[in-house]
Amino acid sequence: MSVAPAEVDRPQSDQETTPDTPWIAIVWNDPVNLMTYVTYVFQQVFGYPKRKAERLMLDVHHKGKAVVAAGTREEMERDVEILHGYGLWATLSQDR
Amino acid sequence: MAAQDGSGDLAGFRRVRRGGAAVRFATTEAQLLRALVGQVADLLGDDQAGSTGSVGSGSVSGDPLAELLGLSSNSELPDDPVLARLLPDAYRDDQDASAEFRRYTERGLRSGKAAAAQTVLDTLPEEGGEIRLSADQAQAWLRSINDVRLALGVWLDVSEDPDEMYQQRAEQGGPQAVGLWIYDWLSFLLDTLVEALS
Repeated sequence: MSVAPAEVDRPQSDQETTPDTPWIAIVWNDPVNLMTYVTYVFQQVFGYPKRKAERLMLDVHHKGKAVVAAGTREEMERDVEILHGYGLWATLSQDR
Repeated sequence: MAAQDGSGDLAGFRRVRRGGAAVRFATTEAQLLRALVGQVADLLGDDQAGSTGSVGSGSVSGDPLAELLGLSSNSELPDDPVLARLLPDAYRDDQDASAEFRRYTERGLRSGKAAAAQTVLDTLPEEGGEIRLSADQAQAWLRSINDVRLALGVWLDVSEDPDEMYQQRAEQGGPQAVGLWIYDWLSFLLDTLVEALS
């Protein structure tokens, strides 16, 4: 459904900074969205395999948030807009 | 986030061949779902959807260029807590960037949600019955049911702790109890729809 960013695989490394991909999209935990639904949305929006989508969903659930994508500011704005369309609580920020 | 436990004898969505999903609704269920979807669509205020017409789509009225570009005059988080949840800020600590983002995206977000709601209203007869959805229609249902859950979640001040919620339901009775029952039913529907599409 969307332009998936290049492989982003760093669930534990919120602090890590990569000079050429300084923007990240973050999904925050909320009490309403279902775990199955959030996993499904990550698969649909980013094309992530189910296991990776589930791992990100569990990070959101247990840690309160997860970095779900990284890329240019424009790419992250697009991803956040799509996630808002699905009703997820998403924001973007510079990864520093 | 919430987990879904299943919901007794109620029928949910079923998988169908070539994508999409099927479901059967009783008349009361169909009317209830139509009312809820229509209410959220009205709140989003796009006159494509909802029964009471436009409540202010956030468009820049009278500015053809802004209309053409889909710009919105809105730059602040909506006052209504439900709208604030459906149309959240995109930047957590940067109001200016959030305002700019909203100016360029809020109108599209509203109309996308309104269009999903309209798809539900178009495919769900008031009398209920057996409904077969194409893959595209099922995606619209998915988002629309979730938008209604988000709205109810705000109205009911839903918490992540199910025990707390059930206690609240038992103590308060009345509209709160009915609201939570409906919320649970929508959670069940959404969960079965995700399963049918997975």
